[in-house]
Amino acid sequence: MNIWLVMLLGGLLTFGMRLSFIYLFGRFNMPPVVRRALRFVPPAVLSAIIVPELLLPGGKFDLSFGNYRMLAGLAAILVAWKTRSALLTILTGMAVLLLLEFTF
Amino acid sequence: MRKSNQAFLNGVRAEFPLLIGVFPFGMIYGVLALNAGLSKAASQAMSSMVFAGSSQFIAAQLIHESVPGLVIVLTIAVVNLRHLLYSASVAPYLKNLPMSWKHVLAYLLTDETYAVTIINYETNAENPNGHWFFLGAGLALWTTWQVSTAAGIVLGTALPRNWPLDFALPLTFIALVMPALKDRPAVAAALSAGAVALLAYNLPYKLGLIIAALFGILIGMLLESRR
Repeated sequence: MNIWLVMLLGGLLTFGMRLSFIYLFGRFNMPPVVRRALRFVPPAVLSAIIVPELLLPGGKFDLSFGNYRMLAGLAAILVAWKTRSALLTILTGMAVLLLLEFTF
Repeated sequence: MRKSNQAFLNGVRAEFPLLIGVFPFGMIYGVLALNAGLSKAASQAMSSMVFAGSSQFIAAQLIHESVPGLVIVLTIAVVNLRHLLYSASVAPYLKNLPMSWKHVLAYLLTDETYAVTIINYETNAENPNGHWFFLGAGLALWTTWQVSTAAGIVLGTALPRNWPLDFALPLTFIALVMPALKDRPAVAAALSAGAVALLAYNLPYKLGLIIAALFGILIGMLLESRR
């Protein structure tokens, strides 16, 4: 599928969800089960992307100290947890990865 | 000054502190989209066509991995599901507005705009100009997002090619996921989704991502209902 078509469809779906209840107000209420599920969407989706990026570099499972992306990711997790700063998290993770890649 | 203008400016002003965080985020998106292989035009266009930060990062990542388009569209939809909740939450305040207003405000309904707008509605429930506040906050964010994306695209062309810049994507996700890990069910949702994503990584069409996400959501809900 063409990138532009992907963006168009993704954008239309996003707009549709933003408009949904504003448009339908009073005619339909959100099922409680959906309401409860929503707050788990960000942690579940993001972790499903993060974990393979750190532990499956190049598609192979690697838990050793030779896996620099895992080490840099762990440093970033620590910084994100302690500081809650997106910028510091990204800078730390990048710095650790660059340091490891260009040193060893 | 007319009351509507005043409300509009108040919305812009309320959004301002959030923009300081949004600007670097938009720049990082611009850099990464370019590095993921999107053209400059496509990188910029996504910021107005989709206009939802985290889903744009994820879409760029999946385009980089040559994931089939339908899976990318589905993933964007899943990541943006929370907007249903925002829509439901502001709907009662917008019920008497004309359709054109409803469409414009819905388009501008992002995390950051929702955050300041709902607080304004809840504290000034009687104010008839709440939609002008909403518009001011939303347009301030929209403009910042477009300009910061453009700045990132300019910067992205200047950075060296052999740097592992693709790694900034998972790093951004780490920063995004942390505030969502508020309690045990949320942490369990994250860990179980991560584990399933590892096990299901080799499934075709990146289906592992969606299966892992659904599994994590289910685990989170199960743990929550036990308490």
